[in-house]
Amino acid sequence: MAGYVTHNYDVLIVGAGGAGLRAAIEAASTGCKVGVVCKSLLGKAHTVMAEGGMAAAMGNVDDRDNWRVHFSDTMRGGQYLNNWRMAQLHAQEAPDRARELEAWGALFDRTRDGRILQRNFGGHRYPRLAHVGDRTGLEMIRTLQDHGIHSGMEVHMECTVLTLMMDGGRCAGAFGYHRERGQFMLWQAKAVVLATGGIGRAFKITSNSWEYTGDGQALAYRAGAELMDMEFVQFHPTGMVWPPSVRGILVTEGVRGEGGVLKNRDGQRFMFDDIPDLYKNQTADGEDEGWRYTQGDKNARRPPELLTRDHVARCINREVKAGRGSPHGGVFLDIAWIKKHIPSAEEHIKKKLPSMYHQFMQLANIDITKEPMEVGPTTHYMMGGVRVDGDSQMSTIPGLFAAGEVAAGLHGANRLGGNSLSDLVVFGKRAGEYAVKFARENAVIHSDETQIGAAMKSALAPFDRTAKEGPYQIQHDLQDKMQDLVGIVRLEDEMQQALGVLEGLNQRAAQVSVEGNRQYNGGWHTAMDLPNLLMVSEAITRSAILRKESRGAQFRDDYPYKDPEWGKYNLITKQGANGEMIVEKREIPPLPAELKQIIEEMK
Amino acid sequence: MAQATFRIWRGDKNGGAFKDYMVETDQGMVVLDAVHRIQAEQANDLAVRWNCKAGKCGSCSAEINGMPRLMCMTRLDQLDLSMPVIVEPMHAFPSIRDLVTDVSWNFEVKKKIKKFKPRKPDAPDGTWRMQQADIDRVQEFRKCIECFLCQDVCHVLREHQKHDEFIGPRFLVYTAALEMNPLDTEDRVADLKERDGIGYCNITTCCRQVCPEHITITENAIIPLKERVVDQYFDPLKKLFRIFGA
Ligand SMILES: Cc1cc2nc3c(=O)[nH]c(=O)nc-3n(C[C@H](O)[C@H](O)[C@H](O)COP(=O)(O)OP(=O)(O)OC[C@H]3O[C@@H](n4cnc5c(N)ncnc54)[C@H](O)[C@@H]3O)c2cc1C
Ligand code: SF4
Ligand code: SF4
Ligand code: FES
Repeated sequence: MAGYVTHNYDVLIVGAGGAGLRAAIEAASTGCKVGVVCKSLLGKAHTVMAEGGMAAAMGNVDDRDNWRVHFSDTMRGGQYLNNWRMAQLHAQEAPDRARELEAWGALFDRTRDGRILQRNFGGHRYPRLAHVGDRTGLEMIRTLQDHGIHSGMEVHMECTVLTLMMDGGRCAGAFGYHRERGQFMLWQAKAVVLATGGIGRAFKITSNSWEYTGDGQALAYRAGAELMDMEFVQFHPTGMVWPPSVRGILVTEGVRGEGGVLKNRDGQRFMFDDIPDLYKNQTADGEDEGWRYTQGDKNARRPPELLTRDHVARCINREVKAGRGSPHGGVFLDIAWIKKHIPSAEEHIKKKLPSMYHQFMQLANIDITKEPMEVGPTTHYMMGGVRVDGDSQMSTIPGLFAAGEVAAGLHGANRLGGNSLSDLVVFGKRAGEYAVKFARENAVIHSDETQIGAAMKSALAPFDRTAKEGPYQIQHDLQDKMQDLVGIVRLEDEMQQALGVLEGLNQRAAQVSVEGNRQYNGGWHTAMDLPNLLMVSEAITRSAILRKESRGAQFRDDYPYKDPEWGKYNLITKQGANGEMIVEKREIPPLPAELKQIIEEMK
Repeated sequence: MAQATFRIWRGDKNGGAFKDYMVETDQGMVVLDAVHRIQAEQANDLAVRWNCKAGKCGSCSAEINGMPRLMCMTRLDQLDLSMPVIVEPMHAFPSIRDLVTDVSWNFEVKKKIKKFKPRKPDAPDGTWRMQQADIDRVQEFRKCIECFLCQDVCHVLREHQKHDEFIGPRFLVYTAALEMNPLDTEDRVADLKERDGIGYCNITTCCRQVCPEHITITENAIIPLKERVVDQYFDPLKKLFRIFGA
C-alpha cells in the first residue's frame, strides 16, 4: 500500500474560511508553527460567497446600538436556546474584530462622516451590518488571506481531512489526502481547530457548494465529540427558483434591507398577514412605516419582510402551498418598486446590490431594477454542530477546537443574518488563542499507525469494488429524500421514513465504486464525502424527531407550537459504545442575572 | 431544449485529447451544469474546479470556444449549439488534469508583494476616517475574485511565458489596490519597475475584456501605476532625488 507524507505543527487548522483563517492568524502571531488545510484553493471557501454583511454593534449609524441590544437580538432570534456565554462574547467582541479587519486592509462602505457604514438586516434592531455592497464575504476572506500569507502559516490547498488522529483521549492531528495526486497526508499537531463550515449538500435545494458535506461535524462525532442542536437547519427565505439550473442560489437579505418587498401572485404583501407575538412591538404597521425604516428613519419600525428567516421562509412556503405563488413555485421579491420613492432608483439599486443585479441579469435574464425576482426558500446554514466551551471553543475532546459554522451554540434555534461573519472572526480568534495555549501545555503526541492504516484502506476500497454503484447517484438520492422528508415542514411519519431511507443509503454507500485513478478524481472525492453527509443527515433527522415542538428553524406540522418545556433543553448527539447514534436532552445552564436583566429590558 | 455536444479536453501534463460528450440541455443551463452532468452520468472521474456556481469565487475558469470565461456564468443559450462546444483548461498555467490547472504560481507571486501598511489611526479609538468617494476606485479593484482569467489571456504570460519576470494583470490590480488605498503608506513603485515587470505590459486591454468582474484593469489600475513609475524614474528632478536622496 502506498505511504503518506507527514507534516508537524503545533496547531493545525482544518478549513480556510473566515473562521479558519482568523484562527490561523491568531495562532501564528504567537510564533507557533501553524498549518492550514482546505479542500479548495485559498480564498474560495464559502465565506467568499457571503453577501449582506457582518453584524457588529458599533453604533456608527444609530448610536442607540450597543452590545446589549445585539446580545438580546441574538438570543431572541435563537429562541433562547443559544449558548448565552457565546452570545455575550460575540456581541461584545464583534466591533473590535470589524475594526481590526480595517486595520488589515478591508475597505467597508462609509458613512458620511467617514466611518464604517452599517445596514439593516432581519432581526437586528438597529442598522448593524458592516458591509461592502453585496460582496462582504469576499472582502472578509481576501483581507484575512492577504494578511495571513504574511503571518508564517503554511497552507495545504486542495487537501481533504478524512479522520482526526487520536492519542489516548486527546486529538493529535489529522489524516487525509491531497486532491491533486491522491497522495495521503498526515498532519501531526498538538491541537486542532475545526473550521470546516456547514452541511448544505445534504439537501437538494441549497445555496451551498460541494464543500459543505458536514465533514467537521462527522469527523468530531466519530472521534467521540458531542454535537448539539442538529435539528436546526436554516432555510433562507430567498433563493433563486428559476431557471432550474440556478435553483437555490442565494438572493441576499440585503435586497429586503434596501427596501425590497415580498408579494404573492395577487400582488399582495402577504408578510403583513402573520406577525409573531415576540415581534409585534417591533414591526411596522403599514407600507409607509416599513419604507421609512429601510431608509434610516429612527422612529420607524421594521417592515415584516425583515422578520427572522425561519418565519419569512414559512410564510413563503404557505403562500406557495395555498396556490398564491409565482409561476415557478416561489413568490415575488420586488426592489424595482422603490422608484416610487427614489428618482434615480435604477442607479441606486445597481450601486447597493451590484452582484444581485449581475446574477439575475446573467443567469435569469431579469433586470431587477425593472422587474420583480422570483424567490423561494433554500437550505442555507447549519445552526447545530460541534458542542464547544463558550470561552475557549474547545469541544468535549481535549485538544480539539471548533469555530465558525461547524460549531454550535451562538445561534440557538435560528441565526440572524450577518451574525455568521462576525461569529467567524470573534470565535476564530478565540479558538486560535486557546489552541495555542493547549498546545503549549500539552506537549508530546504520538500517531497511531493502525488508525492510519485503516483510514487508507477504507479510502481506497471503492477502487477495488466491481459493483456498479456510483457515488453521484447516492448523493443525489440522499439530497432528494432529505429535502422531501426532513425539510422546512416536518412530520413524525415522514422523518421515521427518512431513517429507513438513510439506512438503505448507508448500505449502498458501503458498496460504492469509482473508476479512474487517484489523481484529481471527482467521483472518488464524492465517494469519501458520502459517509459524512449520511452521518449528519441521520443526526438532523433523529434530533428533529426528538424535539416535539416548533421553534426557530424547526417547524413540525404535528407540533405546530412552541412548548416552554422544550425551551429548557438542547439536544446532544453522540456516538454510543457500539457505534450507534444517541440523541438526548441536555438542560441549558441558567442565565446569569445580569444577562437575564438585559433580555427583560430589551423586550 | 435539445441535445448538445461538448468537446472536453481530457488529459494531464503528459498530454491528452478532446473527447466528445452528448448532453441533454435544459432551460437556463450554464456550461458548468453540462460539465457536471457529464461528470455524474458519463465520466465520474472528470476533473473540474468549482465552488459557488454564481460567479463569486473564481474557481471555474476555463476556455470556452477559445474564450477565457467562468463556466458557471456562461449560459448555453449564448453559445451556438449546432456546433460542439469546446471546453479546455486555461493555457497560461500547467495542466493538472482535464479542466484543472496548476495556478499555484499566482499564490507565490502575491506573497512577494509588500503587504498593506496603514497610517496611524485618525481617531483616538483606533479607527480611521475615509470618504466613500476616496475609496470607490479601490473597491472596484477589490471586487477581484482571483479567477486568473486575465492572467490566462495576457500574451506576456500566455505566449511569452514570462512568469519569472512579470506579475500579470491580476497582481497589477492587487498592487494598485494597495497603492491607492488612502490608508496605505508603503511604496511599491520600485518593485513594480524592477521586479514585477510592469514595463512588459503594452496595454493591449485583453485582460480588461475578459474580466468577469468588469474591473477596468488597464485604464484604472495599470496606466496609473505606469504613470507613477514614470514620475519616479524618468522625471529628471525626482530621478536625481532618488539617486542622491536614498
Ligand atoms: C450565499 C451565502 C451568503 C451568505 N451571506 C452571509 C452574510 O451576508 N452574512 C453572514 O454573516 N453570513 C452569511 N452567510 C453564511 C456564512 O458565509 C458562512 O456561514 C460562513 O462563511 C462560514 O464560514 P466558516 O469559516 O465557518 O467556513 P467556510 O468559509 O465554509 O470554510 C470552510 C473551510 O473548511 C474547509 N473544509 C471543509 N471540510 C474539510 C475537510 N474535510 N478537510 C479539509 N478542509 C475542509 C473548506 O475547504 C473551507 O476552506 C452566507 C452563506 C452563503 C452560502
Ligand atoms: S493590457 Fe497589459 S496586462 Fe493586460 S493583457 Fe495586455 S499586456 Fe497583459
Ligand atoms: S482582475 Fe478580473 S479577470 Fe483578473 S483575476 Fe481578478 S476578477 Fe479575474
Ligand atoms: S463556481 Fe464560483 S465563479 Fe464559477
